[in-house]
Amino acid sequence: MNRYTVAVLVRNQYGVLNRVTSMFRRRQFNISALTVSQTEVPELSSITVLFDGEELNKEQLINQLYKLPDVTSIKELKSENSISRELLLIKVANSAETREEIRAAADAFDAKTVDYTRDAIILQMTGESQRIDSFINLLRDFGILEICRTGIVSLERGDVTISKETNI
Amino acid sequence: MKLTGSDILVKTLIEQGCDVVFGYPGGQILNVYDSLYKYSDEIRHVLSAHEQGAAHAADGYARATGRPGVVMATSGPGATNLVTGIATAMLDSVPMVAITGNVSSAVIGSDSFQEIDITGVTLPITKHNYFVGSVEDLADTVREAFTIATSGRPGPVLIDIPKDVQTAKCEYKKGGKYKQYEKFAAKDIRIREAAEFINLSKRPYIYVGGGVISSDASEEALALADLIDAPIGCSLMGISAVPTDHPRFLGMQGMHGRYASSIAFSEADCIIALGGRFNDRVTGNREKFVKNKSIIHIDIDGSELSKNVPDSVGLRGDLKLTLDKLLKLLKAKKLPAWRSRIKELKKEEEALTFDKKTLNPHSAIDVLNGFLSENTPVATDVGQHQMWAAQDLKFKTKRRFISSGGLGTMGFGMGAAIGASVGTGERAVLITGDGSFGMNLNELATAVTYKIPLVVLIMNNGVLGMVRQWQTLFFDRHYSNTTLGRKTDFTALARAFGADGEKVSTLPGLRKALKTAFSHEGPYVIDCAIGMDEMVFPMVPPGGSLDNLIVRRGE
Repeated sequence: MNRYTVAVLVRNQYGVLNRVTSMFRRRQFNISALTVSQTEVPELSSITVLFDGEELNKEQLINQLYKLPDVTSIKELKSENSISRELLLIKVANSAETREEIRAAADAFDAKTVDYTRDAIILQMTGESQRIDSFINLLRDFGILEICRTGIVSLERGDVTISKETNI
Repeated sequence: MKLTGSDILVKTLIEQGCDVVFGYPGGQILNVYDSLYKYSDEIRHVLSAHEQGAAHAADGYARATGRPGVVMATSGPGATNLVTGIATAMLDSVPMVAITGNVSSAVIGSDSFQEIDITGVTLPITKHNYFVGSVEDLADTVREAFTIATSGRPGPVLIDIPKDVQTAKCEYKKGGKYKQYEKFAAKDIRIREAAEFINLSKRPYIYVGGGVISSDASEEALALADLIDAPIGCSLMGISAVPTDHPRFLGMQGMHGRYASSIAFSEADCIIALGGRFNDRVTGNREKFVKNKSIIHIDIDGSELSKNVPDSVGLRGDLKLTLDKLLKLLKAKKLPAWRSRIKELKKEEEALTFDKKTLNPHSAIDVLNGFLSENTPVATDVGQHQMWAAQDLKFKTKRRFISSGGLGTMGFGMGAAIGASVGTGERAVLITGDGSFGMNLNELATAVTYKIPLVVLIMNNGVLGMVRQWQTLFFDRHYSNTTLGRKTDFTALARAFGADGEKVSTLPGLRKALKTAFSHEGPYVIDCAIGMDEMVFPMVPPGGSLDNLIVRRGE
């Protein structure tokens, strides 16, 4: 099984996210993360899909997306020529014994303290998904109280853009 | 000029070339019906007995004419009653525009009387759907709906219009008839790759799907067959794409396909699939099916390529345009060994012939064939009768076999036959079973009201025959809920609806009844008795492969 990142431009219309996710559900695509955001053009929204499967499944996913009238562009983003980031908020238990170690871990991963109380610390971190996974693993022993992550957003390197490249 | 939304809707339908709407009125679409009244000189409305019948009629109209069918219903139950009809059209790629009324925008989402989220309900069974939020968007939405329904791989589109949008006014400017997206051939490199495979093949086989009918590529398919000396078979949806009596045509292949076509399909070394989706009913066991053969797959829908079976070459493009290019790259072939094998298979098939002296499903269809003109649309329902019809009916003209292939909708035929007759102006035939007929026989009322020339041939075996066949073969003859034991008198029922009909139990009786039926004004119902233990053969048992057919009982 491989992990693929697919960027999709869609018409910014009522129900469009539902159309995309409904297709994923009924065709049983294994989506591990999905983000939706506005773009530089008000009529378009950007959806980034993180998808686990085989090459053939990915082809099928792209072909099925292609059939939705609200989809205007689709592009697979490969890790070697694109930048992917995710934001993590993580709440860990705060105690006199663990405080120092949590701080050291946060420093090592460039995480920022965004909330601090006697019993809990909220750390914020951005990075690639794998780095976020490692950070979470590192904090596990200190008692994770809650996690929230955004799912990835992704852009290609250089001056290529999805709307310029693959209008369908 | 400023017009109300409902006037704009009807005027836009007319502008899009729609001459007839099938439907049923109700509270939230009253305004539209008022506009239909106003413009009744320019557009006709056919009132069904139930919204499902109207949806199937729009579908049958579209299949028979190639023009998009239009159906209309009110909100709530009117809209949900369309669902099976829309899904049927979706699975068979039929162009359809469904229009529903809904409660006013102000109360949408509050569970008002007869409110249902029909765009949500139909999301997975439409090619696209719309909720029209303002009257200014209405005309363009309708135009876009026709374009989407008819472009590329056709399909149903639903437009949900809340009541306030129907009554609001705005400026209307007449527009042109819908345009399909521009057609394109597959990429040249793919066409070259396909040509290499085909040029090398020793046993090519052309598998015709419904796409050949929708892209009007029958001639190209036949030219391909002649050029490379290949036999032609088809899926259920491909029936009538090429003339049944064409010497290269072997008939439908697959689970209940004909003997020669199914065996040839599995023995071929190169399958050239034209607008078909390798449905499990077509291929049998897929792993066994794909062994030792290359698959060249042309389809306008790229998601079909390598979806069900891995293609050697997948070509996304319009069939007609792609075949035109492909034909230029192919070498003419003479394949005497393959041809003599096909001949042998056809001979073996002839040995499986039916009893022509007694009344049985095959002799019944054989007799019916004699009454069909080349323009007669023949609709079916779903079950054994459908398979017998698919195996034995003879067609000369495309779009004359109207049957629910993908969804397998029992009850499809009554509405579809009405729609096909309305669309073509021809007398239509419905071949049905007593089970299927029972589902939507209320549409007899519609056929009577509109004096639809319709021959209904019920193959009445008193059981749900196809399910019974499976129970016989695979469930130790546990006839769970398939023996109907009903007391319905179909001829009396036909009369009660204002139609006419008769019961037949012999072959000469059937011949006589058909003679009456084919000159009768309006619908005529023939209740034709057949044995409850008749089975559909050949048959590929579930999970079995096509070269391992059951050809007769007890094998």
